[in-house]
This record gives sequence, C-alpha cells and structure tokens, in this order.
Amino acid sequence: MMRAKNLLGKAVVTFTGACAFVAVAAVVWIMGTIVWGGHRSITWAFLTQAPSNGMTEGGIFPAIVGTFMLVLIMSLVGVPVGTITAVYLSEYVDRQSKVAQIIRFAVNTLAGIPAIVFGLFGLGFFVNFTGKGMDHLFSPTGTLHWAQPNILWASLTLALLTLPVVIVSVEEAIKTVPRDLREASLALGVTKWQTIWRVVLPNSMGGILTGAILAVSRGAGEVAPILFTGAAYFLPHLPKSVSDQFMELGYHLYIMTTQSTDVEKTLPIQYATTLVLLMLTFALNFSAIFMRYRLRKRRVFA
Amino acid sequence: MNTMETAAPYAKLHTKGLNLYYGQKHALKGIDLDMKAYKVTALIGPSGCGKSTFLRSLNRMNDLIENVRIEGSVFVDNVDVYNKKVDEVQLRKKVGMIFQKSNPFPKSIYDNVAYGPRIHGLRDKAKMDELVERSLRQAALWDEVKDELKKSAFALSGGQQQRLCIARALAVEPEVLLMDEPASALDPIATAKIEELIWELKSTYTIVIVTHNMQQAARVSDYTAFFYMGKVVEFDFTERIFTQPKEKQTEDYVTGRFG
Repeated sequence: MMRAKNLLGKAVVTFTGACAFVAVAAVVWIMGTIVWGGHRSITWAFLTQAPSNGMTEGGIFPAIVGTFMLVLIMSLVGVPVGTITAVYLSEYVDRQSKVAQIIRFAVNTLAGIPAIVFGLFGLGFFVNFTGKGMDHLFSPTGTLHWAQPNILWASLTLALLTLPVVIVSVEEAIKTVPRDLREASLALGVTKWQTIWRVVLPNSMGGILTGAILAVSRGAGEVAPILFTGAAYFLPHLPKSVSDQFMELGYHLYIMTTQSTDVEKTLPIQYATTLVLLMLTFALNFSAIFMRYRLRKRRVFA
Repeated sequence: MNTMETAAPYAKLHTKGLNLYYGQKHALKGIDLDMKAYKVTALIGPSGCGKSTFLRSLNRMNDLIENVRIEGSVFVDNVDVYNKKVDEVQLRKKVGMIFQKSNPFPKSIYDNVAYGPRIHGLRDKAKMDELVERSLRQAALWDEVKDELKKSAFALSGGQQQRLCIARALAVEPEVLLMDEPASALDPIATAKIEELIWELKSTYTIVIVTHNMQQAARVSDYTAFFYMGKVVEFDFTERIFTQPKEKQTEDYVTGRFG
C-alpha cells in the first residue's frame, strides 16, 4: 500500500516536471536551431548590404533600417497618445465613473484584437479612407500619393496595436507616484496640470520608457498589421519620406520562406534574418526589464 | 506689521459654522475659530478628532479628496475661500502648508526651494539665487547646506528635510503657514530646531499648527484650540488652556488622563 502511494507520488512529480520541461525544451530547440543555422551568415556585409540577385544573396540592410524607422514613427505617435490617455484615466476622470469604465473596456478590447484585423483596419481606415481624403485635398489632379500603403500608415497601425501596452505601463507608473509629492506641489499654489507636468510625469519616466520599449519590442515582431499597410516585398533603396514603402525584418522573412525563387539556397539568410530579429526584440525586452528593476530599486531608497 | 500686534490682534483666518462630511461621516461640526495674525495657534486633540481635517480645509487641500462635502465658511483676510470666485491655486500660494512627513521632491536642494517660484514665473537667475538663500536662511538651514545646494534633497537628514520643506513653502512668499504635525517624525534635537524656527517665523507669518505633543503646543503657541469628536471644545490663550481650562474634557486631555 505504502509503496503504491510512493510510486504514484513519484509518477506525478515526473509527469508535472516533464510538462514544465516542454517550455524549456522549446526555447532551447528554437534558439539552438536559429543560432546554429544563422550565426555564420551574420557578417558586416550581411548587415550593411541590400539583398541582391533575386533576394538569394546579399544582406538585409533595408529591412533593418525599415524596421527601425517603423518602430520609431510608431513610438513617436503611440507613446505620447498612450501617456496622455493614462494621465486622463488616472488624474482627470473618476476611477469608478462610466467614462473611465468605457475607456478601460476599450483598451482591454483593443489589446485582444488579432493583429491581422489591425492590418485590415489600417488598410481600410488609413490607406483607403484617410489617404484618399488627403489626396482629394492636396492633389486635385487625382494622382495617388497618400492613398497607397506606406511607412506612415504602417506605423500608425502598429501604434494603435501597441497602444494598450503603453497605457497600462504608464498608468501603473503614475499610480506609484506618492500622494505626498503631489500634495507638496499643490500646496505651493501650483496648478493640477503643472503638478502633473513637473512632478507626476517626471517621476513616471521609468514607466513611460518601459511602456515604449515593450511597445517597440511587440511592434518590431508583428508582420500582420504591416502586410497591407506599407511593407514592401523588395525595395532596392531606403524609404526617403513617410509616404514611401519599406522593407521589414519579419515580413522579409515571410517573403523569403514563402515567395523565394530558391528557398533552399536562401536558408542561411533566413536563419540569419531570424536571429537578427530575435536579438533585436530580446535586447529591447531585456532593457525594459532592467529599467523596471532600476525603477523599483530607486523607489525603495526614495 | 507690528501695528497689528499692539491693537487687538487681527484674525487673519476665521471660520464660521464650518461643517465637513466624508461621505456620511460628519467630521467637523460647526466650527467657529479665529486665528490671529502673527500668532501661533495650536490645534490639539486625540487622533481622529478632526484637527488635521480642519487644517486642510483652510487652504482647500480637502478639495482633492473624493466624497468630501463642506458647509459654512473659511475666511482668509475676510474673503470666504469657498466662494466660487476664489481660485484655490491663488489661495494656496498665500496659505502654505507643511506636512507631517517631510516630502521633498527627488531633486536637488536648490531645485526644491526654486520649484514654486520658478513655476510662478521667476526667471531671473540672480533673483532666484537670492530668494533660495533667503528662504533657506529663514528656515535655519542655509548654514548647513550652503556648500551643497546641488546635492539631492534625499541626502539630508529627516530634520533637515523638514526644514527644506519649510524653506520651499517660504519661497512662494505665503502669509500663512499651516503645519500638520511637522515634528512628529523627528528626534528631540530636530524637533527643538523646528520649534525654535516656528518661534522666529511668527513675526512674519501667521501660523496654525496641529500637534499631538502637548508640551510642544505649550512651548510654541499663543493660542490653543482643543478639538474633540469634530468640535472645538475650548479655545483660549495657550497658557490658560494648560493651566486653568474651563472644560473638564480639556483638563482631562491636557493632563494626560485620556487621549
């Protein structure tokens, strides 16, 4: 009897342990394969040259630049809008009020919408609606300029997708600003807005940066939202303005694995591209974690 | 300014039928109190008696708390501060506040003092330097920090931080200082310094101080109001409150029989 019980106990431990091991194994497997397959192809030339010979040779420079520009424009729009929303939610509207509940519900819903739906929304709203409207206004001759996919529309679509991440982390940061500090400022005859600007936001800077980095690392990895809104199959040059199309790492990878003239031949390039994309997102995630850690430490001392 | 002192002291602040409710809870019950110019008025009483709530009503800091309803009037220089035409931001410039827990900003010593005047529009560097020095001198902190104005305010000791907060409040040139147990978190030496400071400041400012410490009230104040359960039980010269109170409750409290 005793032995049977012991045996069962051991079996449970082994089984649960094995299940937990799946996650570890998956990471090791994925990372191992990618590093193994890609590390030899990552050379200076690979990082600084454009693809050549029908994208079977050369590098991924335009895709790297495109990805950076994409997330940069995305952040320039998404971080301020997200921060202002968080300020409104935490400072200007009663937590229990209908308005606050509606906004919070909308933010949560936005976070749950599949990326491809954002892509289609971007195509419909930014490219076809906003872009067409702008063309009507600015070029009466009827030439297409804004009403086609470009880096601006792709960035705005991504900004929308990553908005919840920014809002949530800024709101969390604002909540941790001590009431003492706000009262100190208000008691000096400083207005509420000035207090937010001079005390609350500077003391939430860690949260704002964390939100920005999380948004960037999320945005840099998404392909679906930019599929119809601005990413190009192949561009020999870099985008010169926000109305140009662009190459992007994730999309480039998708193209090479599904549309290439010679999938076998480009395999090392695919591995290397994946490795660059992963290193980029990891670097961003780690810096977000590091920043949050620093912030927490500072709070303890203050 | 001393003309006021020779005549019957002028009530810089006074309240009339001041009632305050936190939701259903009736926290202040019809308070009428005069706080004389260039005098220190101490508010004493057991925890939860409403003395801090009363203090925060004087510069409308209670406006920031949800579910607070106020009836009656608070007059500063005979202007009802709860009148709709009164801007609470202007009021708080005139009626400064020192909090129980010192709350310097995570900035340098200099920038803490300069914070208020800078926002209120002082741009001139030389004038700012002068104002920062004067405020720190008034708060009896200048000699200790004059060589390290760029250092973080958090590098200061607890007592120094509290005097920095006083300097910061003085820098916006208020006329009234409200102090909410300003020394309750400090050691006896730091407390003595704050008390000495209060004594010096009252020649220029009207001071209202909330304190738990009976000896402190006796040492620093000219008038004392004893609060109990949201009411002012007794208000008189400090000396009289502590030596010959009229009310039994006051006597029990100041002699330490309850509280």
